[in-house]
Amino acid sequence: MRNTCLNEVHRLAKQNKNILFIGSDLGAGTLASMKEEMPDRFFMEGISEQHIIGMSAGLAMEGFIPYVNSIAPFLTRRCYEQVLVDLCLHDLPVRLIGNGGGVVYAPLGPTHLAVEDIAILRAIPNMTIVAPCDAEEMLRLMPKTVDWPHPIYIRLAKGGDKVVSQSDLGFEIGKAILIRPPKDGLFVTTGVMTQKALEASEQLSKVGIECGVLHMHTVKPLDHAALEDLIPGVKAVVTVEEHFRIGGLGSAVLELCSDLIPEHTSKITRIGIPDRFADKYGTQESLLQHWDITIDSIKNAMLQKLKVS
Amino acid sequence: MDQRSKKLRKTVVDIIAVERRGHFGPAMSSIEILRVLFDNFLQFRPSEPEWDDRDRFILSKGHGCLSLYSILEDKGFFSKEELLTFCKPDSPFGGHPDRGKVLGVEASTGALGHGLPIGVGMALAATIKQKSYRVVVLTGDGELNEGSVWEAALSAAKHKLSNLTVMIDYNKFQSYGQTSEVLDLEPLADKWRSFGFAVEEVDGHNVKELEELTARLPLDQNKPSAIICHTIKGKGFDFTEAKIEWHHKSKISDEELNAMYEYL
Repeated sequence: MRNTCLNEVHRLAKQNKNILFIGSDLGAGTLASMKEEMPDRFFMEGISEQHIIGMSAGLAMEGFIPYVNSIAPFLTRRCYEQVLVDLCLHDLPVRLIGNGGGVVYAPLGPTHLAVEDIAILRAIPNMTIVAPCDAEEMLRLMPKTVDWPHPIYIRLAKGGDKVVSQSDLGFEIGKAILIRPPKDGLFVTTGVMTQKALEASEQLSKVGIECGVLHMHTVKPLDHAALEDLIPGVKAVVTVEEHFRIGGLGSAVLELCSDLIPEHTSKITRIGIPDRFADKYGTQESLLQHWDITIDSIKNAMLQKLKVS
Repeated sequence: MDQRSKKLRKTVVDIIAVERRGHFGPAMSSIEILRVLFDNFLQFRPSEPEWDDRDRFILSKGHGCLSLYSILEDKGFFSKEELLTFCKPDSPFGGHPDRGKVLGVEASTGALGHGLPIGVGMALAATIKQKSYRVVVLTGDGELNEGSVWEAALSAAKHKLSNLTVMIDYNKFQSYGQTSEVLDLEPLADKWRSFGFAVEEVDGHNVKELEELTARLPLDQNKPSAIICHTIKGKGFDFTEAKIEWHHKSKISDEELNAMYEYL
């Protein structure tokens, strides 16, 4: 997914001379071909995220469309004030590409996890947050980012993720994709958790319980219309995210229901990371299992909610 | 003090008289710096604020905005009448300058340490587009406590941004007290030199010296420039000069205002 994303930056930069790339201190050879082909639009600025965000704001004020890449926690919380003031207050078209959204960097410990990124960025006006579910969806997202008139945070997954998105369903920033239609229940997911929800819904289908999957690739702006349309028609809603339960997709869905369709709020259960720092290393998958974010727990949450509804 | 410096100070006093409050000291220390920049150095068109080839000026010490408002009003970006709505609910003129609301303001500042990184981006944009506009960033001295300033300084030198000048309003005070006591900046000129800047120091209230120095910019064809302006916080009135209580002053009295008007 990351390679697809960065290669797209290079491809799009060939078509649009205002697109440029800014990295912090990325792996050796990152986008080497772009650096060679267009050295005046490729920058590696060092471990200075506060400066990089301000610099990208200055470039965007002058008409450029900077794509800025670093590890997700350092591109969000390290320079939060710069993102808020320089990018969002000025409402500039800068694109933040965060490597390792969620717990991709599980072996590196809690300093390198991005599990509050959606919560903190969602609180900022003008920000757009997108978490594609696979590399093919990333391919559909990137061309749409060029003309989007606001800052965007693109949350990258690990890479090599199973492809579950479907090209015939299209892609528009801010428009959720109904990958599987609902009947009894509905899973609302973002990023690669869509894979788990799809698997859970297939297993539930085998025992006669039909659940839909609404892939909310854009967490902000949230697709109000899709949620208002689908939630009243099901008995239970389970949100699934690789993020703290505080402030992420589940919170956004609950807030929307509370504001617009409060009579349906009790249908909702949220699956996400508990309110504590990671106390294990291992892998992304083992850490998710440690927090009981698994296909089984997703299925069980739906079954439990359907029983009490 | 000549009549022009008095006139620009009088506008600041007119503004603070509205709400009887404001960041007075940091505005008064920067009057001559802004005067010389806007009278002699920066190219701009008040009737065409977004003229593509204008020089860019960023007031990174956003709390010093009263002096920026004063010079922009003097140049005709907006009227005195509009300016005297300062801090009213519907006024475009807040306690920190807003790019979206005030013509002539290039960046919304207030949180410190943001202006130089943005200025680096603007200066870099000029080099990529082969434009000849120049970028000037005015920082405070206390503001130099922020690490982001020094991140940006490294980057400016790396890119040899000779079209970028940082001016430091070195009035020796920050909110709590003297900069030498809160977090000493010295040796300040050596710091900027070691970060790759060409550096000069000047009396920040001496108009002639400021004119001569800015006429020599860039100080080096291969480096960004830094001008350390030695100034006096609250410059203009004996009861405000180098007085920490005038950094941000509220409940300004009739007597204090009258004393200011009498001098001006």
